[in-house]
Amino acid sequence: MKKIVKVKKNFIILLFGLLFFSYGCADSTTRATGVYMLMDTSGTYAKELTKAHSIINYLLGTLQPGDSLAVARIDSGSFSEKDIIGKATFNTRPSVANNQKRLFEKTVAKFIKGAKGSRHTDITGGMLQAVEYLQETGAGNRHIFIFSDLEEDLKKGHVRDFPIRFDGVSVVALNVTKLRSDNVDPREYLTRLESWQKRVEEGGGKWKVINDLERLENILAE
Amino acid sequence: MSIKELLTIWTDSPALSMLIWVLLTVAILYLARTPAHQAITSSSRVVSRALRLAARAVLIAAGRLERRNRDVLLAFGLNAAEESVNREIQRMDATIRRDLSSYPSMNRKVMELVAKIDNEYNCGSEVPPEPASWINAVSSVAKIRATGDTQVAKMLSDIKVNIDSEHRNAIEEYRKSNSARHEILTKMAPNWREAAQILSTVGKSIKGLNERTELIDKKVDEFEIIRNGSDKAARTLASSSMTQFVVSSLVLLIALGGAAINFNLISLPMSEMVGGGSFIGPYKTSDIAAMVIIMVEAAMGLYLMEALRITRLFPVIGTMNDKTRFRMILITFSILFILASVEASLAYMRDQIAADMQALRQSLAAVDAAVPTGSWIPTAGQMVMGFILPFALTFVAIPLESFIHSSRTVIGIVALGSLRIVAFMLRLMSSIARNTSRLLVSVYDLVIFPALFFDRMVRTRLLHAPLDSTKGRVS
Repeated sequence: MKKIVKVKKNFIILLFGLLFFSYGCADSTTRATGVYMLMDTSGTYAKELTKAHSIINYLLGTLQPGDSLAVARIDSGSFSEKDIIGKATFNTRPSVANNQKRLFEKTVAKFIKGAKGSRHTDITGGMLQAVEYLQETGAGNRHIFIFSDLEEDLKKGHVRDFPIRFDGVSVVALNVTKLRSDNVDPREYLTRLESWQKRVEEGGGKWKVINDLERLENILAE
Repeated sequence: MSIKELLTIWTDSPALSMLIWVLLTVAILYLARTPAHQAITSSSRVVSRALRLAARAVLIAAGRLERRNRDVLLAFGLNAAEESVNREIQRMDATIRRDLSSYPSMNRKVMELVAKIDNEYNCGSEVPPEPASWINAVSSVAKIRATGDTQVAKMLSDIKVNIDSEHRNAIEEYRKSNSARHEILTKMAPNWREAAQILSTVGKSIKGLNERTELIDKKVDEFEIIRNGSDKAARTLASSSMTQFVVSSLVLLIALGGAAINFNLISLPMSEMVGGGSFIGPYKTSDIAAMVIIMVEAAMGLYLMEALRITRLFPVIGTMNDKTRFRMILITFSILFILASVEASLAYMRDQIAADMQALRQSLAAVDAAVPTGSWIPTAGQMVMGFILPFALTFVAIPLESFIHSSRTVIGIVALGSLRIVAFMLRLMSSIARNTSRLLVSVYDLVIFPALFFDRMVRTRLLHAPLDSTKGRVS
């Protein structure tokens, strides 16, 4: 009788062990993807926002339930929650996630329709905001998409010349247009790209540039 | 000490120094020739013998495995033959119960029919009409001589009329009697037919029993052959096992295809239930949940087949009493039915989710949404598939049982083949080791051939020297 009780006890311990093991294995955050899209609304680049809209739509179609997406603008002072146009962590139920995506798309479309150009371009502030948001989501795969010409034009008094931690974040610069001055001296364009690449990689992140927006299929690939 | 230093240890000239080294080496090797040869030969012998010993051990293990395989195969074959004989006997028993249990009543019926026919036959037998009693009187009167007396003539005429009348009456009576007998005989016909039919049924049953008996004889012969454990029986059983293995593998592959389709039907809608963003290990929880449902269905199918005694993978289920077994059939079938209904619902949900996703993608791509065809056929098809596949998967139990049983034999054969290959390789290596020692000895001698040549020359001289000196002295 004692033996049977002991076997039962061991069986219950084993069962609980398996339950805890399976609970430990069930991981809903580390495999999720977090995307933060920064859109430059300064000067002439504001005209490019329709392209950004199609990229956001592509992301909405690609992201899965449980993933997070935030879209923010880059203006004169981008290190602010006010610059976030829309953000959502999609529900794990596909039908609810689809409805969230529809609402998100409407919000972005409304913003792009009425977007006004800003006087200055605070890219670093936007990056800081993006890193902060992605950390909060707890997503395993973190991406920052920056839709800009990467020409930073800070408002007087704004301090942005310090290193940023990009640990585990993949930064993708999209549609980096050439400025008029770049045509005169292409080294300016290359220097701009290199400086951002250096800044991201020194911060522990990965850097990629995609100018051909027809090749977005690998945009979320590591 | 470097090689260069070693080279110039004797003189400053490397060539000369190398020559000295070579001569020295040859001399040392020559001096160590016999022990070196012994060392090479004995070490190779050790390796060769060890390998041969290993090969022998492997062959013994192979022999044991072969015997065990044979025993297992024969035991399995014996069991199958016994079951087959039992089944035939049970069938014969059922036939006897069905057809011959009514034999006493049939016999009684036949006897009754025979008695009835006999009775009717007796009734129908022809009875010659009794001659009228007055015939003798008439014949006496007829002997009276006609004398022309009118009275007599009148009397005779009356007698004739009476006789004619009586004759007509007798014929009429006879005809009536015959007609009545014919009627009786006509009534007998169905009785004959009925009796013939009963006898024909009995004949058929007896013929069927004879055929079944012949079949049982054949099965018993097979059983005897297997019980005797002949090589032919073992070969036949092994071949049968291989065929079963191949066929059941193919059927299992088909079943796996069915399971994959089933999985695709329910994995997407499962994400609505358990969430699409959580993972267990590297797999999505929804995928695992879908897989678990399919596995549970397969397990229920297995239990159902066991409870129906179609398969015999779990003796516990097979040996349950009929009441418990019937309960188990009901429970497993109910669970299967519920799961099949759940799958049908999930298939419907899948269609809805897929349509919603398609609409979202089209709206995001700024493409005009495709006009839905409104056809219910794909939805209904998916639902029917979702409902049918769990029941279809139930029958996987049959090939699975064959696969498990035959794989035992096949694994045994493969293991035996592997052991034989290992034994062959060991023997080959042993042979190589033995021949390598001869090669090494030859190479050793080749290296010190100048010393050997010198040795042979000296020996020849020494052998011939006394003869030459004797010759000189004589001459």
